[in-house]
Amino acid sequence: MDEANGGAARHSLSLYVANKPGVLIRVALVFSRRGFNIDSLVVSETQDPRYSRMNIVARGERETLVRILGQLNKLVDVIHARDYSYEDVIQKELALVKIDCPPERRAEAFQVMEAFKARTIDLAESTLAVEVTGSSEKLDAFETLLRPFGIRDMVRSGKLLMARGTETT
Amino acid sequence: MGTSQLTGAEALVEIMIEQGVEFVFGLPGGNVIPIYDALVGRKVQLVLTRHEQGAVHMADGYARATGKVGVALVTSGPGATNTVTGLFTALMDSVPLVVICGQSPTFVLGLDAFQEADVSGITYACVKHSYLVKDVQDIPRVLREAFYIASSGRPGPVLIDMPKDISGKVLLEAKPEAFHLPGYAVPSEGDPAAVAAVAKALKAAQRPILLIGHGAAISGASVEVRELVERMRMPAVSTLLGKGVLPESHELSLGMLGMHGTAYANKAMVACDLVMSVGSRWDDRIVGSYSEFCKGAVKIHVDIDPAEMDKVVKVDIGVVGDAKAVLGQLLPLIERGDTEDWVKQVERWRREYPLAYRKEGKVRAQHVIQELRALAGDKAVFTTDVGQHQMWAAQYVGSESARNWISSGGAGTMGFGFPAAVGAQLGRPGELVIAIVGDGGFQMTLSELATMRNLDLPIEIIVINNHYLGMVRQWQNMFYDDRYSGVDLEGNPDFARLAEAYGVRGYRITRPADVRRVLKAALEHEGPCLVDAEVEKHDNVFPMIPAGAPLRDMLLGPPRRKLEKPTGGT
Repeated sequence: MDEANGGAARHSLSLYVANKPGVLIRVALVFSRRGFNIDSLVVSETQDPRYSRMNIVARGERETLVRILGQLNKLVDVIHARDYSYEDVIQKELALVKIDCPPERRAEAFQVMEAFKARTIDLAESTLAVEVTGSSEKLDAFETLLRPFGIRDMVRSGKLLMARGTETT
Repeated sequence: MGTSQLTGAEALVEIMIEQGVEFVFGLPGGNVIPIYDALVGRKVQLVLTRHEQGAVHMADGYARATGKVGVALVTSGPGATNTVTGLFTALMDSVPLVVICGQSPTFVLGLDAFQEADVSGITYACVKHSYLVKDVQDIPRVLREAFYIASSGRPGPVLIDMPKDISGKVLLEAKPEAFHLPGYAVPSEGDPAAVAAVAKALKAAQRPILLIGHGAAISGASVEVRELVERMRMPAVSTLLGKGVLPESHELSLGMLGMHGTAYANKAMVACDLVMSVGSRWDDRIVGSYSEFCKGAVKIHVDIDPAEMDKVVKVDIGVVGDAKAVLGQLLPLIERGDTEDWVKQVERWRREYPLAYRKEGKVRAQHVIQELRALAGDKAVFTTDVGQHQMWAAQYVGSESARNWISSGGAGTMGFGFPAAVGAQLGRPGELVIAIVGDGGFQMTLSELATMRNLDLPIEIIVINNHYLGMVRQWQNMFYDDRYSGVDLEGNPDFARLAEAYGVRGYRITRPADVRRVLKAALEHEGPCLVDAEVEKHDNVFPMIPAGAPLRDMLLGPPRRKLEKPTGGT
């Protein structure tokens, strides 16, 4: 965690919430009221269709985040909200990146892709679309290396979290 | 539930009766007609207000005066948006309300239909919880959940958005569905280890102070608070909303602390070596400067809301639990420390720095309020609006019981006091209810004079009339070089004659010699009345701690030198 940077570290939260309309906005309001920007947000159904999982990455001061967690846990529709920033958990993210890639640069691109275990998902005359998974930091590094090719389009899933072993998230 | 088939609206009224609702405050419109129809001839009394803000404040005053859930029923669109101030007021002060809004039929939701507003979207930030009902079968469960959530834990307002087609549909006979709220926990007793630590800290303290907040009033902890204070010989201060939990005539009560609190309460806060808050949230009006607040003192916080722990003041011992339950756990453990010197010191401050005001010249607001309190006796219920008169009332209306003092604290909502008195009087029939209001705030909701008149409620309205938005004028006078901007209420009506126009008896106080005589006549008058007290225009409220400043910077009277603009808000 980069707390030296003005105290504004990145935080990875996991919320277990009721699967109902309006829950997302209630959660988002807790962040926006304190001027916290949400960097990424993933919402999906869980194994139990009555509940959803939210994975949120947000940047801000840790003290403010503790208050935000308190406010999140206070919401009737939030079963629990936890900060996993300082814990060893499974973290994955997926990115799709489309770059400019004329035939003469393909070999170079494949070399980078191989290092990151990325897969080709669309190959056209002058472009190449690839898929890569891993930690958010790995995806950041991958993006940096592809930038010289010219990134035409990129979409990232946002960070997914899961507790290790028998522990539930 | 009844035997035969009910519409959603009828089921809604059934559940209200089941929940013990006596009054529904509101004003109808197209999308709520089915529910108003279902109220005809039922045991729930409809109170027709003149504005939806008045309806929500009445429900709020009723709830604060009785401890029950207040209910408001309004229509969609503007009817619903007019409730926002009332919802916010109730949320800030933890008041249990259920506000039901009619809504456009589900088949036009989101299509900009006539009087359709996204009420859920507008109110998310000022409710404890809310519902948009899209299936008539959900109505009984939603209503029961709403009453439960509003009144349990840290209470608050719950909004139900009820589309017209849903309230009009027939409900199939179904067995009552138990509700399941896995994300909603209601703390009761505190962690025994933390409670034991509190007992230990109390025993060790030589200069302890108990800080009584609204939470102590809500949980009904008066008996426990009194026992704690007496057995520990521990002086107590209260927040604006904690007034009366410990009778203010009690020898260990120092009255209200904070920005306009008593000098002796604030001096005790500065000097204490332990402060124990029961149900207060260390609001900026009482703390002043967070970093300077009770520096060096052991801080203990008892609160039912875990999100309040360490929110603004870092505490040494936090106990999450209901005030009454936690004090019940604590009392068997406490052992009295040595506080006699401290109690004597506090007594000296009380004698040296009493509340005081200048009595010469024009009528003084403090004089009116002090006389009113003396004539009304210990049992009267007082409501206030927001501003200078509110602070003077907080200083001079000693409260002997928690539910006898009703004021908008956290939100500071002008226009609250008078409609709150209407709700309080309905909830406490036969008791003396007095609304102390300013000329500014009163004009925001005075249309409810008609509501009061229709119900023939014997409320006394005392208008502390200084022809100014006095608290802002005070700030402009003290911190902005006397540059008045937007505070002169030129064009005020003659309030006594206005009252008469509504069929409410009007009185006027213009000279100090009038005060006692007129107030006595007003109190003896049966039925609603209003007293317009023309008071000195330029009086400021003292003591005063400039916003954001530490408590030791308290001003006991007009400052001799020019002051810096305060660092704290409003």
